[in-house]
Amino acid sequence: MRTCLSDAIAPKVWKATRRALERAGVDVKVPRGQTCCGQPAWNSGHPDQARAVARHTIKVFAGPEEVVVPSGSCAGMVIHSYPELFKGEPDEAEALDLAARTIEFTQFLAKHDLNPRAKPCGAVTVHDSCHMLRMLGDDTSARAALDLVPGLEVREMANTDQCCGFGGTFALNYPELSGRLGDQKAHDAMNSGAPEVVACDLGCLMHIAGRAHRTGIPIRARHISEVLGS
Amino acid sequence: MSTRRRRTQGGVTYDDVTGTLRERTVEAMRDPGLAANLRTAGTAWADQREVMDHDYGFEAMRDRAREIRRSNIRDMPALLTELQHNVRANGGTVVRAADAAEACRYIVGLARARGAHTVAKSKSMATEEIKLNDALEDAGLEVVETDLGEWILQLANEHPAHIIAPAIHLNKEQVAELFRQESDGEVPDDREGLVAHARTRLREKFAQAEIGISGVNLAVANTGTVCIVENEGNARLVTSQPRIHVAVMGMERVVANWDEAAHILQVLPMAAIGYDAANYVNLISGPRREGEADGPEEFHLVIIDGGRGALRGSEFEEALACIRCGACLYSCPMWRTVGGQAYGSPYSGPIGAVITPLLEGPSSEGSRDLPFMSTLCGACGDACPVGIPLQDLLVKARERSRSPEKTKAGWAFRLWSLMWRRGITYRFTIAVWRLGLRMRGKDGWVRRLPGPGAEWTRVRDMPSRWPPRR
Repeated sequence: MRTCLSDAIAPKVWKATRRALERAGVDVKVPRGQTCCGQPAWNSGHPDQARAVARHTIKVFAGPEEVVVPSGSCAGMVIHSYPELFKGEPDEAEALDLAARTIEFTQFLAKHDLNPRAKPCGAVTVHDSCHMLRMLGDDTSARAALDLVPGLEVREMANTDQCCGFGGTFALNYPELSGRLGDQKAHDAMNSGAPEVVACDLGCLMHIAGRAHRTGIPIRARHISEVLGS
Repeated sequence: MSTRRRRTQGGVTYDDVTGTLRERTVEAMRDPGLAANLRTAGTAWADQREVMDHDYGFEAMRDRAREIRRSNIRDMPALLTELQHNVRANGGTVVRAADAAEACRYIVGLARARGAHTVAKSKSMATEEIKLNDALEDAGLEVVETDLGEWILQLANEHPAHIIAPAIHLNKEQVAELFRQESDGEVPDDREGLVAHARTRLREKFAQAEIGISGVNLAVANTGTVCIVENEGNARLVTSQPRIHVAVMGMERVVANWDEAAHILQVLPMAAIGYDAANYVNLISGPRREGEADGPEEFHLVIIDGGRGALRGSEFEEALACIRCGACLYSCPMWRTVGGQAYGSPYSGPIGAVITPLLEGPSSEGSRDLPFMSTLCGACGDACPVGIPLQDLLVKARERSRSPEKTKAGWAFRLWSLMWRRGITYRFTIAVWRLGLRMRGKDGWVRRLPGPGAEWTRVRDMPSRWPPRR
């Protein structure tokens, strides 16, 4: 799954994900007709609109294959929220089937013990995105994958489990509060000593990098797929 | 005013709160002292919680607490009947109030009938919810809050910022200033001195009060006992010194028996303050009996529905399991940044954002925006000692909300949904967006976006190239 955010602001991310998977020996298909998991509408209280888009996603990803998503948030939506969104719907079984086949990118690497043979890289710091950490309950897969990168050193930041303040439409509804939380995250990332923050979610990174650029905090941001698929 | 029909049930939010929720968050963030106070409190709580987790295995305790509270909600009508029966058998009076107005009417009526002038109160969120102080003061009674935090707020004329630590947003210098104004004289500067000062002032009030009003942390159905947990000893005085004790509880405070109560009473301070016991646990089973040395002559238990009963069997049912520990507040990045005041309701933080609109109705102006002031990060659900899936309930609360902003966004999402349920129209919108980014981007960044994107670029830039340049 490419994810709509990658399509919209960083196609490099899904392409890097594909590259990393292929280098690890995975046969990858990227269905052309795919759009979005539907989370923006679901989290904004519009389940009917979300369901219409999610229904399309279920059809596009029909089949026996595992569905790898370079986003803890989108994966969390499919795995955690589709069962709720499709409860009592005629295609509930298909939704549950997709939820069972869906997995976040670094979790997929860990599950199948895959090494994407990434190029060497220096120090990075890791931001635990909330949906990866708490919805999927995972704070190890990203670090395990980064361990495979030659020369890479993870410098943990303070409060790595604290939300960056993105929150989807929250970023538009409460920009000042969202920005304040972004400041804390950008500062913690900078103070780790690493020049770059990586995460499993593009939404967080777009927000952290955008806020850091606006306020002049010197920290770069890259999706974990870009590190692993380099 | 137009004649809008509003289905509110007593008004849980405060009437004197001004501005939109967003404006209030901005206002709160202007206060550097507030941010520091909240950070100190949040960090202290998190550190202690880690100790509890290490020493007791909080996870397992939570599972049991969750089971207990779920069965309490399921059996609530029968448990309340049993509680009522046993409190009466113990010589107490039980009043079931459908809403805030009914509860206040009863208590004010009681105060009038007994010729009371002064009411001493210990901390109670239920009385905040029903705005009992206003009702009593309107009836000409003097109301004294005897919990240190609540008394400070009463002096400051402010609302509680936290469920169990109401004045957490103020520091000791601010408190000393309030005390100075109240007593018109010298007040010590240090923490201990301030507490001693408050103790002296409040003891004078206890002696005058004819009625003591308390909240209820738990009510045990099979013995008719109310439990009041506290750290200052003031609730013990409130419930024993005055001639009449009125205990006020939301109907969901009921548990079946002592086995259950013992577990919840252990989990509560652990979750709330990160310690394995509170200083005082008061267990009250009715008024003074013949031969007993102390205790009030009358005991009244007011049980409020206030919209709770309707939640049983609904998708929000689990919110009734809440034991009002405040852990979700401390864990919440939003609450830790703006504090409880910005919410404009006695219940703030994630649980407040869920239950306030439920108690008030989905169109209520005071609370319909609350569920949206969250990143849905899920820290609240992790912190909750009874396993309420708060982030899921926040999403459902958004679905239920009837705010004009949500209706407006609804049209955008309709259009979005039409475009993004097909690959071809999706790719078209993405292409248009990317073209726009390229055209507006300079040095890899867009500094101003039009339309809804303007709120994005109000506080941050949008990368037009990825990975973003520095």
